[in-house]
Amino acid sequence: MAARSFAVIAAGLVALLALGPVVAVVWRAGGFASFGPGDMQALRFTLWQAAASAALSVGLAIPVARALARRRFVGRGLLVALLGAPFILPVIVAVLGLIAVFGSQGLVNRALSGLGLPSLSIYGAHGVILAHVFFNLPLATRMILQGWLAIPGERLRLAAALDLGPWTMLRVLEWPMLRRIVPQAFAVIFVICLSSFAVALTLGGGPRATTVELAIYQAMRFDFDLGRAAALACLQLALALSAGLVALALSGGTGFGAGLDRAIPRWDADRAGAKVLDAAWIGFAALFLLTPLVLVTLNGVPGLTQLGASTLASAGRSLAVALASTLLCLLWALPLATRRGEVAGLAGIAISPLVIGTGLFIVVRPYAAPTDLALPVTMLVNAMAALPFALRILRPEAESIRAEHRRLAQSLGLSGRVWLMRILLPRLRRPLGFAAGLTAALSMGDLGVIALFADPGHATLPFHVYGLMGSYRMEAAQGAALLLLALSLGLFWLFDRGGRVNA
Amino acid sequence: MLEVRGVTHGAGAFRLEADLTLPRAGRVAVIGPSGAGKSTLLDLIAGFRAPDAGRILWDGSDLTDQPPGRRPVATLFQDNNLFPHLSVNENLALALRPRGGRLDADQRTARSEALERVSLPEMGARRPGDLSGGQQSRAALARVLLQRRPVMLLDEPFAALGPALKREMLDLVRDVGDTLDALVLVVTHDPRDAQGFAAQTVLVDEGRVHPPVATETLFSDPPPALRAYLGD
Repeated sequence: MAARSFAVIAAGLVALLALGPVVAVVWRAGGFASFGPGDMQALRFTLWQAAASAALSVGLAIPVARALARRRFVGRGLLVALLGAPFILPVIVAVLGLIAVFGSQGLVNRALSGLGLPSLSIYGAHGVILAHVFFNLPLATRMILQGWLAIPGERLRLAAALDLGPWTMLRVLEWPMLRRIVPQAFAVIFVICLSSFAVALTLGGGPRATTVELAIYQAMRFDFDLGRAAALACLQLALALSAGLVALALSGGTGFGAGLDRAIPRWDADRAGAKVLDAAWIGFAALFLLTPLVLVTLNGVPGLTQLGASTLASAGRSLAVALASTLLCLLWALPLATRRGEVAGLAGIAISPLVIGTGLFIVVRPYAAPTDLALPVTMLVNAMAALPFALRILRPEAESIRAEHRRLAQSLGLSGRVWLMRILLPRLRRPLGFAAGLTAALSMGDLGVIALFADPGHATLPFHVYGLMGSYRMEAAQGAALLLLALSLGLFWLFDRGGRVNA
Repeated sequence: MLEVRGVTHGAGAFRLEADLTLPRAGRVAVIGPSGAGKSTLLDLIAGFRAPDAGRILWDGSDLTDQPPGRRPVATLFQDNNLFPHLSVNENLALALRPRGGRLDADQRTARSEALERVSLPEMGARRPGDLSGGQQSRAALARVLLQRRPVMLLDEPFAALGPALKREMLDLVRDVGDTLDALVLVVTHDPRDAQGFAAQTVLVDEGRVHPPVATETLFSDPPPALRAYLGD
């Protein structure tokens, strides 16, 4: 059947692009002899910071999720929706927001010096972990909140009828749920932090805060030691693959989750102490997540006047890359939106963009100048990185459309084109819009593979912001970051809304 | 005529064996307990399942390897008979032009006649969700009418409708079948449907398809399998 051959071609392309660069890397690496002493430290730091970030994110998420699960208040729906925002927030924007709060001139340090206390530095290992918690606390909260809301209301009613106290509630109902969800959440966040590049690039660095991904970049960019970069890429690949497989084995049915905007009635939490505690946790989470975003916006406004031609040009390049990778990602995802296709798409998440970038760099170097290929390669890698998420969104809907309408279409003898244009695409509009919005925003904000290839004259907007930060032009950087934030959120909103209008 | 020659499908508890010949036109009920293989038999004839052995022929030509859309068969499913995001008119247009394109004047006339025939004139612009259950069934029948295929398969199509409405719809099916001079196969689990609708009845029991028998005869002297199913 034609549909199947498209699926095979799409899966083959994923495999080729995931494995081809790796083969190139392995071939170029020529053994592991070329590791430097700093590389082992990078490995240790990578594992340690990922474990610490995951533990902190999950540990803080448990009380926040419990508070959100059992309280109703004005703005709860908005706050839960905002928990999804860091996913599409450009890393460089979040980093600027965190610097505004925790940096040397930030709110926290000004308060500390006012009290005569020593100041904190956001740069280094704890800055990396702080940024990871900022990004992953919302993810962990959403996962655990989903677990809490999945406890059947009948059981809570029974518990209330038996007048179970908080400790018994925890032991009987909540602990079994947490024992299932917490390892999943920990594993997912561990995997995400394992491939951390942009955060380590901006806040880390130095011998004590370099991840393997950052070490690959440094070996390529500064030492131009392809052999060592290749060896590091193999190390990163082994790390990501093994941790990814563990996470996959632990993962249950937790997806993007629908219906998080309801609170379940709880009779056990109706005590003043519990109320104060829950309010404190919700307040902490809201402040921690919102303050950096508010400051990025406020600080960015004055910088908007400094948006020069180079910033606007890089914004144009970023838009083009984002739109092209969205189109490519959807073209890729449509034939793969099946159970087996989703597994093929996972290759994109298990393998780090930097590894693919390094491999493609090695492959294309004899034929073309890497800087010429910076944007196409970024576009390709972004599409591939977003593919697992797009498939996660599209697959359930595509399968139910097939289950419901395939027989009628076959019995009418609809052609493949009519099936695609008249039935599948119109019915997939909502998830397509959502997936396109997510892909566009992710690609818009990506600061990864572009750093390997680009020179400042041909960079994307996130890389441009990073360059402005590096040259201490903070006001211009903040203005450009606000533009980047607006473009990322705007793209997401436009696509997502496009899928909903008249649907 | 429709010949099902030595067809087997599935294994173990899901094995179905069928060997029967049905006339070129007329109404046949397919009755039997759930899980006996009634729907599997219809799927084999419609082409949604392929037999492990045996052939299926229509007027002597072999259908076994034909895809569903190429068979002389129109199916009325239990549900999902219309695409919910398309209007009734658009749904009917797809039945006439399954490879896309605009309807010509004759086809448009045929479409409005079909809608009139099922008592849904002026309803073409509506989407299936804006129609009642009975109206949806009527629109689906208009679709079958336009497909003009000599075999009509109905797999408990009106199970969701009340008794009076169901009888009305079966009358309409009889009407459409007579117009097309088609062979109409209706799967049902209600003996009264079979008695009121079909001259002949095929009993499917424990994976065996029995040859068609006159409905009157079958119910006046039911074989043990049917007796067990009817519960008397």
